Amino acid sequence: MYEERFPVLHRRGFLAAGTGAAVLALAGCAGGGTDDEAASGDGPPKRGGRLRAAFAGGGASETLDPHLANLFADVARAKALYDKLADYGPDLAARPRLAEKWEPNKTLDRWQVTLRKATFHDGRPVTAKDVLHSYRRIADPGKAFRAKASLEPIDLDASRATGERTIEFVLKRPTAEFPNVLAAFGAYIVPENASDFDKRPIGSGPFRFVSFAPGRSAVFRRNDDYWDGAPHLDEIEFVVANEESARVNALLGGQVEYAHELNPATARAHEGRGRIEIVRLRNSAMQAFCMKTDRPPFDDRRVREAFFLIADRQELVDGALSGAGEVANDLFGKGYEYYASSLPQRGQDLDRARALLKRAGAEKLKVTLDTSAVAAGFTEAAGIFRDQAAKAGVTVDVRTGSKDSYWSDILDGGTLCCYRSGAMPIEAHISQRLLTDSTTNATKWHHKDFDAQYRQAQSTRDKSRRAAVYERMQRRLYTEGGFLIWGFADWILGTARHVRGVETKAPANTLDWARFDNVWLA
Amino acid sequence: MARRLILGLFQTLTVVLLVFALTEALPGDAAVALAGDQPDPARIAAIREAMNLDRPAYERLADWATGLLHGDFGTSLASGRPVSQYIADGFGPTLLLAALTLALLVPLGFGLGVLAARHEGRLTDRLVSSLTLAVYAVPEFALGVLLVTVFALKLAWLPPTAVGYGTDLLSHPAVLVLPVLVLLSRPVCSLSRLVRAGMVDALASPYAAHARRYGVPGARVRYAHALPNALAPAAQQLARTVDWLLCGVIVVEALFVIPGLGTVLLNAVAERDVPVVQGLAVVFGVLTVVLNLGADVVAYRLTPRAGVAA
Repeated sequence: MYEERFPVLHRRGFLAAGTGAAVLALAGCAGGGTDDEAASGDGPPKRGGRLRAAFAGGGASETLDPHLANLFADVARAKALYDKLADYGPDLAARPRLAEKWEPNKTLDRWQVTLRKATFHDGRPVTAKDVLHSYRRIADPGKAFRAKASLEPIDLDASRATGERTIEFVLKRPTAEFPNVLAAFGAYIVPENASDFDKRPIGSGPFRFVSFAPGRSAVFRRNDDYWDGAPHLDEIEFVVANEESARVNALLGGQVEYAHELNPATARAHEGRGRIEIVRLRNSAMQAFCMKTDRPPFDDRRVREAFFLIADRQELVDGALSGAGEVANDLFGKGYEYYASSLPQRGQDLDRARALLKRAGAEKLKVTLDTSAVAAGFTEAAGIFRDQAAKAGVTVDVRTGSKDSYWSDILDGGTLCCYRSGAMPIEAHISQRLLTDSTTNATKWHHKDFDAQYRQAQSTRDKSRRAAVYERMQRRLYTEGGFLIWGFADWILGTARHVRGVETKAPANTLDWARFDNVWLA
Repeated sequence: MARRLILGLFQTLTVVLLVFALTEALPGDAAVALAGDQPDPARIAAIREAMNLDRPAYERLADWATGLLHGDFGTSLASGRPVSQYIADGFGPTLLLAALTLALLVPLGFGLGVLAARHEGRLTDRLVSSLTLAVYAVPEFALGVLLVTVFALKLAWLPPTAVGYGTDLLSHPAVLVLPVLVLLSRPVCSLSRLVRAGMVDALASPYAAHARRYGVPGARVRYAHALPNALAPAAQQLARTVDWLLCGVIVVEALFVIPGLGTVLLNAVAERDVPVVQGLAVVFGVLTVVLNLGADVVAYRLTPRAGVAA
């Protein structure tokens, strides 16, 4: 009866760290930074061995289809088997991968992409045709692969292979940040005739397929012909353990050498104790409250500004993130390319907040704040903000909603809600969430002039002039936007002591995060 | 017994319908759950259409029920794999854990119960009673964490989890020790307390005193006359325990990373993977009914006077 099969997309959203929520409630002091000392350097890489990595997974319904990647575990596996044309560096700027170089025309709406010499695991070369096939598969209107929205700027019917390894992408409009599209989440390159992804996945990535059992284990072996140099490890095994305590125990007990997604309490308990290494990936997860700017009380910009001034960001980071993070400045993408770092750090100013509310005629304001246990720290953040708002005379009524439908519930409903996001380029954050026709515009930020600024940035060839446009846009969001961004959470990993080469500066979602071809066992 | 059987069938049917209704009543459907933090309305609509979720509930129920009559559990919404495969995969580890637990539970529970009853009121009895009460009071999760910390992490005698072994648990028997211990802890306590109480009652009864007056040896009075009286409630308790073990002991499975039925159910509910939830509901429903039926038969045989049929 369900003949028309639907591609798997797992429920837990990409950066959803749901399980740790309870433990996160244990408030603590700010976590000491050890991000530099952990497992890097230390002699020349050694070849050999099998590394076992534990991730939270999707249970019995997992697949190895890279275009369905939706969870960290999916991405880690896809990354080992497949390549994208580009991927994000630590500043979320696109870096060439399978694409050797890219060159736009004058108007930025046609891009020549040249592929490097690379081969799939079965020995065939990666060609322009494979790339176009992969992108057409993702964009299939009958399917809902995650990267589909990101590939939207490409006119795939007009795009064509101009040679064995050259492609001309025709775009629907000028797109200065086109390389971001090539680096998009889930835009992996598969061979033209790829079909059985779970039984015999063939990619061009650093590891070859050995075995896979959904929800349990996936074993891959070194690809000696990898274009970026063969991995040091002989084998990598991905295992799935949804419970955080199980991942930690497996790591402590020597059953795995790498445990993904640990919570701050665990990190504090083991940091610097010598049994395992704790790695904190800074600036990984944006934490925010999201105000709907198209309805009362937040359709008044004075009320929005008052709310910006109500938040005691340090208290939120300490309480809701157990100190594992840093304060934010109501702007997305701290430390990323084009981030407006010149704007002054906003702090709590209750007097000014009260004055603003009074001027807006919103004294004794009552607001409902939607939250849910869908991500770590959400319910704690809501409770803390309620108390902070009370000091400014605002009554916040916290409403806890369902975990599984939260993101769709808050998209159009409510007025104020908890929000978080994984790392992505600032341009992608704007295009996905802040344009009038954005599909997930949770702040209902609809401004024609803002849309025009975005288009202007995308058709500006000169990078410094483009940066200036982005700065203007961010300045506006900072003064009157709907995102009250209060913090950036660390992403925490644990590794065994003899694991080397784990990148410590890569926010989750970037190239060097969950990347195992550079890792070795000392 | 036929009446009891029909009742059982009716119970299973009710469970199935109730599960369908309750899954329908949950906020959001598989499409919303799958879309996660990218709730693009167009994307949700596309997913919904591809999954046939846009059809009315009664049509989907009818389709599914028809398939079930042909032994077809349907296909998972999330992966497209057959539901029967989910059940078969999850059954192995759960059955193994349940069998091992039961194999230890019966001798241990009865042994402790008889021991305590024999020494009623004396030190052994009080020791057994307070110990079983204390252990019973510890939640499984806490006990599991405690055991892992001591035996796996501090002493390094046993592996802390079964991560990566999947269903192939028998070739790594050491990983089974801690999960079975946790599973055993509470049922042993309740069973031994039941057996003790039943035997103490029986031993104090006029017919036991009568048997003793006739010079029947103490052991015979205890095991041939008194113990069967304690068996009836114990058998029913045992059925409930087996039921609990088989229907997936979620905490133990999560803590030790054992991919059993509980894990499958938990994931399926969160994914709103209705066919999987329904398939499991049928299995659990039938299991529960059969086990309780069995226990009732045993109880009826042991104490025919009580007339224990439904």
